[in-house]
Amino acid sequence: MTTITADGHIDDHAHDADHKPAFFQRWFMSTNHKDIGTLYLIFAIVAGVIGGAISGLMRLELAEPGIQYLQMWATAHNGMMGGGEASMDEAYHLWNVLITAHGLIMVFFMVMPAMIGGFGNWFVPLMIGAPDMAFPRMNNVSFWLLVPAFLLLIGSTFVPGGSGLGAGTGWTVYAPLSTSGSVGPAVDMAILSLHLAGASSILGAINFITTIFNMRAPGMTLHKMPLFVWSVLVTAFLLLLSLPVLAAAITMLLTDRNFGTTFYDAAGGGDPVLYQHLFWFFGHPEVYIMILPGFGMISHIVSTFSRKPVFGYLGMAYAMVAIGVVGFVVWAHHMFTTGMSVNVKMYFTAATMVIAVPTGIKIFSWIATMWGGSMNFKTPMMWALGFIFMFTVGGVTGVVLANGGIDDNLHDTYYVVAHFHYVLSLGAVFSIFAGFYYWFPKMSGRMYNELLGQLHFWIFFIGVNILFFPQHFLGQQGMPRRYADYPEQFAYWNQISSIGYAVMLVGVLIFFINIGWSLMAGRKAEGNYWGEGATTLEWTLSSPPPFHQFETLPQIK
Amino acid sequence: MTHFVKAWILAIGLILTPTMLSAQEALPAAPVVDPAATSTVEAADAPAAAEAPASGLDPALYTPMKPTPGIGMPVDGGVDFQQQFSPTGETAHWINSAILIPMMVGVSLLVLGLLFWVVFRFRRGANPEPSKTTHNTFIEIIWTVIPVLILVVIAVPSISLLARQFEPAPEDALTVKVTGYQWYWGYSYPDNGDFEVISNMLSVEEAAARGEPHQLAADNRMVIPVGKPVKLLITAADVIHSFAIPSAWFKLDAVPGRINEKVLQIDREGVYYGQCSELCGARHGFMPITVEVLSQEKFDNWVRANGGTVKGEAAEPAAAAVTTVNETTTETAPADAAAATN
Repeated sequence: MTTITADGHIDDHAHDADHKPAFFQRWFMSTNHKDIGTLYLIFAIVAGVIGGAISGLMRLELAEPGIQYLQMWATAHNGMMGGGEASMDEAYHLWNVLITAHGLIMVFFMVMPAMIGGFGNWFVPLMIGAPDMAFPRMNNVSFWLLVPAFLLLIGSTFVPGGSGLGAGTGWTVYAPLSTSGSVGPAVDMAILSLHLAGASSILGAINFITTIFNMRAPGMTLHKMPLFVWSVLVTAFLLLLSLPVLAAAITMLLTDRNFGTTFYDAAGGGDPVLYQHLFWFFGHPEVYIMILPGFGMISHIVSTFSRKPVFGYLGMAYAMVAIGVVGFVVWAHHMFTTGMSVNVKMYFTAATMVIAVPTGIKIFSWIATMWGGSMNFKTPMMWALGFIFMFTVGGVTGVVLANGGIDDNLHDTYYVVAHFHYVLSLGAVFSIFAGFYYWFPKMSGRMYNELLGQLHFWIFFIGVNILFFPQHFLGQQGMPRRYADYPEQFAYWNQISSIGYAVMLVGVLIFFINIGWSLMAGRKAEGNYWGEGATTLEWTLSSPPPFHQFETLPQIK
Repeated sequence: MTHFVKAWILAIGLILTPTMLSAQEALPAAPVVDPAATSTVEAADAPAAAEAPASGLDPALYTPMKPTPGIGMPVDGGVDFQQQFSPTGETAHWINSAILIPMMVGVSLLVLGLLFWVVFRFRRGANPEPSKTTHNTFIEIIWTVIPVLILVVIAVPSISLLARQFEPAPEDALTVKVTGYQWYWGYSYPDNGDFEVISNMLSVEEAAARGEPHQLAADNRMVIPVGKPVKLLITAADVIHSFAIPSAWFKLDAVPGRINEKVLQIDREGVYYGQCSELCGARHGFMPITVEVLSQEKFDNWVRANGGTVKGEAAEPAAAAVTTVNETTTETAPADAAAATN
């Protein structure tokens, strides 16, 4: 891809290059892309633990038919706010609060901060040979908007939201359940949380686009740019174009709720389905926002561990552009059962299926990258291999769901839940773990433990498959999403699914043991600890890189 | 970059295919957005959840049918779709079994096989010197074109299935108006004197006493005649619900202030269960759909048991008109708009 003649070590000796500010100034007033990236990663891990714990509560309740724990939890939840024994309706409402919080946390506060805020901040400047992001202070604002956004979302679960405490609208916040159907401040807080998270991401997107267009090292044309940078560039454009639509949609929700407007109320000339169109005009690009940076990372990892350049570099880059573009014109496949006309349904069926083509190009190009390579199977490569297969499985069920006529039966069932967890929980999250193990020594200066990494991969891989594969069966049998309880015919696969969660949880614990062990006792990492396959600019620097890098810009031939 | 251009040309072709197909079919746009939109406010005061006991109907005219285990409901540990009893449902199930599942298994196994092969053949021990290949236009064209062809193979039956699902009901089809409430369903029969059946979930004990599956069974059922297209007009009174019958491949959202229309036809007498399929608040999981499909004769008796009028033998001649337009309830002005377009 790129030939590098950089020498990143030169600036190590420059006057103040490695002078780090004091603790508070460094971590709370940071303008350093690497420190902000670290903050984002820590934030994502914290949010991921909370979001993952919530899904643990859900799998515990769903392990058997009937309501086992929900009322107890709702009573405890009430108790925190000085309330009493929870009614069944409050218990059921708590269920909706859990699914809402799980979805919003995982999307906005785990996957996006990890991929774009974390890895994007850390490695986009390093890979393009830039000293920092274009707007370092705005970068800091991006991160610190996310913290109050998260606090608002967590806070919303403790204030009234209709049948009980918290916003129980689902992460999609459909009107009129989110307007006339949810009385109390919880939904307002959740909406404001989304506003802040959205503003944070828009600022981040502007920063990335400016950085990538203006701060590439001399000689690095767009067509020589590493694929991870390409993926972040496409992602940033998706964010920039889709988030304002979400902001508008949820602002209208706010005014419907508080100021008597009727954007989404047919009684006043509005339309509840309009909200869904606006939401999914954002929501569908959003799913590509969550996966594209993963595509970029997987390309680098596959190339590094095969010691071979990425196969079909241009095809890979423009496949991502194509996915981004087509991703904007398929949104209504999330709304196949809202009562669209037949022609609209046919169009969205066909357009959605088209996305499988560039996605297929990527899958096959990764395999072709390995073809003829000299592969080894360190932890990041295992996650990448797992990603390629699991994303394929999630992709083919996506082709099934793309068919409007087939989707009539699968819409809003566990089949959909299985599909999007295969592309996100086994797709996006696998790529996050792949990137984490790939770059952890670069970021921390210490090698992770290979044995623990392999154990983490295998246990997590087995766990999530036991967890999510049976959900295809449940969906085909007709089990709807967002149910706290189910007819006992669904008991068998639900129990298997909950067992899968427990297995996955063991994998996650090993991950944390690995981080702790590596930070304290890990072997010191060299600059390029992966050897000759690792060719991008971050490998020309020490691990961790100096506080300020590339004061002398590298030359790309 | 040539393959990229090629992919786009083919992609555009694929998008156009269904447009051309649908142009030939010249289908009506079935669902109608309500222009008047006055329904929601009044409908919010709809009947409360309190209902007459199910046995309230004259047993000489109607006794609730017992469900057949495994029919019209999920089965223990089931993996496939529920057995289908509607014509489009059978087609859809066939498309899934005969085209989509082989496609999914084939693609997944191909990728898995290739992964195993490269892992085995090109591991560092077996291939210490990596090749320097970075592209191969021919293979890139192949893996762009073949997926497009596979998608076309899927798209043709899929699009024609869509066209069939949108075929309008015949003029004389029975109309049932389905209304979603928080958290129960109402079924009214504008062709039969416009009585409304309010349908609440049975408790565990009641369901057991009736030999029905808990959380799927409702006290009063929606009843329709067997083997005939029935026109469902679906709406909601408060928030969005979704009316679903998995064994008839049927799901359509109930949106307040809007009437969605879809044809339901079930070809076997029996009881079929579904569940609300759009998050609608606390008791979203507890407003099941129970449909009982009866012969025309038994259906007519059920209508009589509910105090309704059977078509053709109505007491008041005015009410016997075929059209449903003026028979809908006061709160359902939008239904007129929907019916009028047919």
